[in-house]
Formats: sequence, C-alpha cells, structure tokens
Amino acid sequence: MAEQNGIIQLKNIDVTFHSEGKTIEAVKDVSINVNKGDVFGVIGYSGAGKSTLVRVINLLQKPTSGTVVVNDQNLTQLSAKDLRKARRNIGMIFQHFNLMNSLTVYGNVDFPLRDSGLSKAERKQKIDKLLDIVGLADRAKNYPSQLSGGQKQRVAIARALANDPEILISDEATSALDPKTTTEILDLLGRLNKELGITIVIITHEMDAIKQVCNRVAVMENGQLIEEGSLLTIFGNPKKQLTKDFVNTSTHIGSVLDEIRDSGIVDKLSGRLIELNYIGDSTNEPIVVELYKRFKVEANILFSNIERLQNTTVGIMLFALTGEDDKVEAAIEYLNSLNVNVKEISLKKEGE
Amino acid sequence: MADLVNKFLPNVVANWEGDNGFVVAIWQTLYMTFVSAFFAGIFGIVLGILLVVTADDGITPNKALYTFLDKLVNLFRSIPFIILLAVIGPFTRLIVGQTIGPTGALVPLVIGTAPFFARQVQLALVEVDHGVIEAAEAIGLSPMKIIFRVYLREGLPELIRSGTLTIISLIGLTAMAGAVGGGGLGNMAISVGYQRFENDVTIVSMLLILVLVFVIQGLGDFAVRKLEH
Repeated sequence: MAEQNGIIQLKNIDVTFHSEGKTIEAVKDVSINVNKGDVFGVIGYSGAGKSTLVRVINLLQKPTSGTVVVNDQNLTQLSAKDLRKARRNIGMIFQHFNLMNSLTVYGNVDFPLRDSGLSKAERKQKIDKLLDIVGLADRAKNYPSQLSGGQKQRVAIARALANDPEILISDEATSALDPKTTTEILDLLGRLNKELGITIVIITHEMDAIKQVCNRVAVMENGQLIEEGSLLTIFGNPKKQLTKDFVNTSTHIGSVLDEIRDSGIVDKLSGRLIELNYIGDSTNEPIVVELYKRFKVEANILFSNIERLQNTTVGIMLFALTGEDDKVEAAIEYLNSLNVNVKEISLKKEGE
Repeated sequence: MADLVNKFLPNVVANWEGDNGFVVAIWQTLYMTFVSAFFAGIFGIVLGILLVVTADDGITPNKALYTFLDKLVNLFRSIPFIILLAVIGPFTRLIVGQTIGPTGALVPLVIGTAPFFARQVQLALVEVDHGVIEAAEAIGLSPMKIIFRVYLREGLPELIRSGTLTIISLIGLTAMAGAVGGGGLGNMAISVGYQRFENDVTIVSMLLILVLVFVIQGLGDFAVRKLEH
C-alpha cells in the first residue's frame, strides 16, 4: 500500500470548537490517506464530524492541530495567497448547492474562471464543454431558481470542475436529492473519476451512496475514525458495530432479523439461525444442497442479498438449519471450513 | 382651471416663485435628499460591509474593530436628529463652511443617515447565504473579491430595498432640517404654511413630499423586481 504518498494526507487532525464556555471536540486525532484516483467515502451519522473533517482538506476549517498535505504541499504552512491558489486544485460541492442566485447557469460556471487569465472566448469554450459533461448544455441561460435540485447540483459540479482540479470534495452532495437523482449524480461523479482521473472524497450518511461509487471507506463516530478499508472489506466484513449498522441498513438484513424474531418462524422450524457472509464467487445453491447431501440437514433460506460491488459479488444469506442436533453441529463446522463468514444468530431480542 | 387654483390655493400661487417659493423649495429638498443620500450611501455601505466581514462568523473576523463600529453605529443612531443638528454645528461649519441653508443641512443629514443605512446594509448582507460565501472561499477568492462578487452581487436586491427605505426616511429628515434653517419643502410647510396659517401651503408641501416618496418607492420596487430571479 502506498500509505505515505497519497494525494491527500491528513495526519493526526484535531478540531476543537469553543463556544459559550463549552469545548466541543468535533474531530479527534484522525489520520487519512487518500490515494490519487480513489473515490474515498466518509460515512457517519450527522454530528460525527465528517463535514468538519473534509473542510480541513481545503482548510475551510483550520485544524486545531495536525498536518494537511495535499499534492505534497503542506497547506497549513501556506500564505493566504498561496492557500487560495492551492484551493483551486480542490473542487467542492455542497448539500445545498450554494450557487449564486443572481447569476445564470453560465455565469455560475464562469464564476471561478474570472481569475483564470483565460480570454472570454477561451472561457466560453470551457464553460460549454463543462455544461456538456454535466448534461446541461441547453440550460446555460437559466437561473438556478428555474432548475431542479439535481440540475442545480450538476451546475455546482461544473463550477467545481472549472479550474481543472485534481480533487473533488462532495459534502453530502446527494443528501437533499431524491433517490433517482442521487443515483444519477453519483453516476456522474463515478464517470468523472474514471474519465478525468479526478480523486473524489464523498461524505454521506447513506451506505447506498458509498456502495455505488466508492472504492475506499472510512467510518466516523463521535469525531473519531473507527474503521477504514476497501469497500469490499468494509461491506463484506465490518468490524465495528456502527459499520455493521450501516451495512445492515443497506442490505436490509437488520429489519429482516427483527421480523424473524417477532414472527417466531425459527421456533416453528425448531432450527438454529445462521448468517453467512461471503465475498467472491461462492453461491447460495451449492451450499444448501451440500448441507443436505452430507448431513441431511435442511437449510431454509429466510433471506438472501447478493450485490455486485466493484465487479465482485458480495453476499449475505440467512437460513434456519433443522435436523438432528449433532448433524446440525457438524453442518456448522463444515460451513466454518468454507471460505465464508459464519455467524450463529441468537434469537433473543436485544436487551432481553 | 387657473381660476380654481387661484380660488382654493391662493397662498400656493403667491408663494410659487421667488427666492422663498415652492420651485426653490422643491430643488432644495431634492438637493438635500440626493446629495446626502450619496454620501450616506457610501459611508453606510462601507460601514455595513465592515460590520459583516469583521463579525465573529464573517470572512475576516476582527473582534476589536467590530465592537468599535457596532458601538459607534448604535451611538449615532441613538441621538435624536434635531439635537444632532445643533450639537454638530461647529463640525458642520468646518466641513461645508456654513450651518444654515440646504448645504449646511448636508453634514447632519449624512451623519444622521449613514449609521441607519449601515445597519440596513449589515442586515441585507448577513442574509446572503453563508453556503455561497463558503463556496467562493473554496474556489479560492480573496476576501475583497468575495465582498464585491458575492456579497454585493447576491445582496443587491436587498440593498436596493433598504436603500429605498433609507432615502424615504431621509426625506423625512430633510423636512426636519428644513424647519431649523435648511430650507426645502419642510421649511415651506412650517415657516410659511403653519406659522402664517396658510393651510394650503402646508397641504401642498405635504403632497409634493408624498409624490417624491412614491416615485422613489416605485423606482426601488421596479429595480428589485428586475434584479430578483
């Protein structure tokens, strides 16, 4: 792993706010290394400190301590003027778009270009190209108030790309959008990553957004980074409870488990409830068939979720095993010997 | 028509022309209003911008400067205008060389209006979406460029609205300044109409001031409608 030469290196970042005598530690000792070409996702509930953390990347938020190195430049040591120059290499989009209402779509994309030294004709060429990339070429003369949320975010993306940044920060950029528009915007970000090679940092509270575009994920809770890794390891093998919660919400296994507990279906089947997680090309059917062939143990599949993440299959399966006690025990042992994660789930409700 | 005017507004006709007539008074009121609006506008915008950018959540926080300006604005806003007129007499003479007449009224009018307008400017600019300011910072704009290209541009409709309000309240102040020697329609209404019991003069003075107010309000509203998207 190229841990030491990422395009964004945050080291031991602390951000502490003082207000009305109270001290709030928004970010506590967080280190992140984002490699060039990554789509890096930061997930956490609101108040976890993720927005504060990404604002440190372009120093919109000055860290209380720690170093910020972007493109081998230590931003905390730059003069105000050099920092403004460095910021041009870091595009940013926001939850509420933050467009100028007094300017047209064209004017908004032109906004960052006014200081670029390009001639008016060169700027026009560039703006037309950018509007084309985000699919709004026919909306150049409209004002933001005449656009839908998704269109506004596309304008904001075009504006963020105007100075050809190598990095794009997306601060909850899809949180104010409906699911279909969210998918479209995330697709666009994914395309920009592939076609322009732009490094993207996405903050969100939705695992689905992470799943769709990110290749690496960091999970934040109470200002701390509690888990970090590739999308596949985070999704297929989450370690911390919060990470599991996010994954469970995304696969819906959480709500399924609740239903199973309430319905008492496993008692009726008089079996044991097993959760199976796997990454790669194992599939459900052979396992179920194999269990019956070898142990005469029936596996009733109660839930199954298979996703393709970055061209790899990630699956979750929930089944009740019924059969003679020692056979079931042997079956579980057999499962453990396979290249899958096996977990027996207690049917007691939490807190009981 | 002429007969009717002569019959119902005899004193207005008698006082229409001449050194102390209506025509001169109208010009004096317009002169006092617009010259002081110009200067109060400049001072008010500069002060208002400084109040916004030096505030705690502004783009260049400066607690000392903010507190000083904030107190200064409050102080001058607290002095009743009629007393301000008298108190700053020597200062007025220093600046414009006289304390009476429309020109003598300019200094107190500017000093009386600028703090009021500064507050209005502050309120208008604080309303500019903080997210847009943040986006401009992220783009790499300097504070000066953020003031001109974001604050003043995004806040323009609201600035015009408060500018209109300020000019209208300024017209009220010119009437007061007129009554103590500034001239204009306020002087006409009081020292001619009121003190000589020529009621038609008072009423016509008032109507002329109302016309001025309506025209300014109409222009302001029109500009705001054109600018808002």
